[in-house]
Amino acid sequence: MEQQLQAVSGAAAQQSPEQQADAEAGQAYFDRAMAADSRIEPRDWMPDAYRRTLVRQISQHAHSEIIGMQPEANWITRAPSLKRKAILMAKVQDEAGHGLYLYSAAETLGTSRDEMMGQLVAGKARYSSIFNYPTVTWADMGAIGWMVDGAAICNQVPLCRASFGPYGRAMVRVCKEESFHQRQGFEILLELANGTPAQKQMAQDAVNRWYAPSLMMFGPPDDDSPNSKQSMAWNIKRFSNDELRSRFVGMMAEQVKVLGLSLPDAEIRFNEETKKWEHGALDWDEFKEVLAGRGPCNAQRMERRREAHEGGAWVREAATAYAAKMAAKNEVAA
Amino acid sequence: MSESLGWPLWEVFVRSSRGLSHVHAGSLHAPDAAMALRNARDLYTRRNEGVSIWVVPADAIAASDPDSKGSFFESPQGKDYRHATYYVKSEGVKHL
Ligand SMILES: [Fe+2]
Ligand SMILES: [Fe+2]
Repeated sequence: MEQQLQAVSGAAAQQSPEQQADAEAGQAYFDRAMAADSRIEPRDWMPDAYRRTLVRQISQHAHSEIIGMQPEANWITRAPSLKRKAILMAKVQDEAGHGLYLYSAAETLGTSRDEMMGQLVAGKARYSSIFNYPTVTWADMGAIGWMVDGAAICNQVPLCRASFGPYGRAMVRVCKEESFHQRQGFEILLELANGTPAQKQMAQDAVNRWYAPSLMMFGPPDDDSPNSKQSMAWNIKRFSNDELRSRFVGMMAEQVKVLGLSLPDAEIRFNEETKKWEHGALDWDEFKEVLAGRGPCNAQRMERRREAHEGGAWVREAATAYAAKMAAKNEVAA
Repeated sequence: MSESLGWPLWEVFVRSSRGLSHVHAGSLHAPDAAMALRNARDLYTRRNEGVSIWVVPADAIAASDPDSKGSFFESPQGKDYRHATYYVKSEGVKHL
């Protein structure tokens, strides 16, 4: 019996001539799709590495949206007005939605949602380093909306054209909602900047604290980003990390003038030769530390996520039990 | 940590306004149709995107096989006569 099993598994590991021919035809179709910049759909043949890369990227993106609710949820109960409270709740609810759109997209690649959620709760999954920074004042809600959502938009707009259909479609939906996020943040800062000197200072402090972390959201510099090249060859990523960061800095440098505030970076300039915006050096050691789990709020974020997951268990169980009961009732009736 | 509940996957279709057909919006997990509809409302119509929602269990959908691109979808080659542009003799005739 055991031998039989071994024989079977041995055969499975070695591809049959038909399987090999299928894989070759699939690869040829995939290569043509890449060359023509067309889309890959879930049931199409795709290289294993392409699938793995997408599952990793899309699930990390989903986790970021889910964890990203926490820094802002921190201020919902302390929003300065009912209007601001309603706006902040709507934004946080949107971020939950973004997470769910993205989990759906990742699932079409054959990884179950429970598995992805399990990895997050077990602390085995990565998410954007930005959400491990604390939100210490109300002005942080402004800085997050303007800078963090702003950086996310820069990143996500090109992802609407990602070669994997479900990812691109999720991004289209996300991008439609993000512009409200950035505008409401800008408005918070604008109001504070035109308020009392103390309010203006609070806005400036928030901008100072969120500036570097939001620039690092684009990922490590191009010469230290080993996976970027492959992602670009697969039409998942359209622009390099440094290219996107430079565009973002340019937008911030202009918009900050409207706020009457400043960016904490004396080296920002537009390079007439390269036609690109440049900025001062970033602390990549800090980035690596935060990503490795040693940022100011990593432990707190994970703890809170686990609490929410476990605290909601009874609701999920009740809904399952109710569905089973109703199904049994219907069967009897039928 | 609670174990997996294995809720089924539902595909969501939203009619954006009267007179238009339902269009696929995305998918979600839910224990039954009633919860799937409620979740779909919260997830896909936060901004008045729809006036009607359908949810369909994903396993109830039969799909054509992407590998049979050539054979399943009959080649339109040589069947130009299915398009109005094939008929050129009537060019210039009004309201035709
Ligand atoms: Fe988002
Ligand atoms: Fe957002």
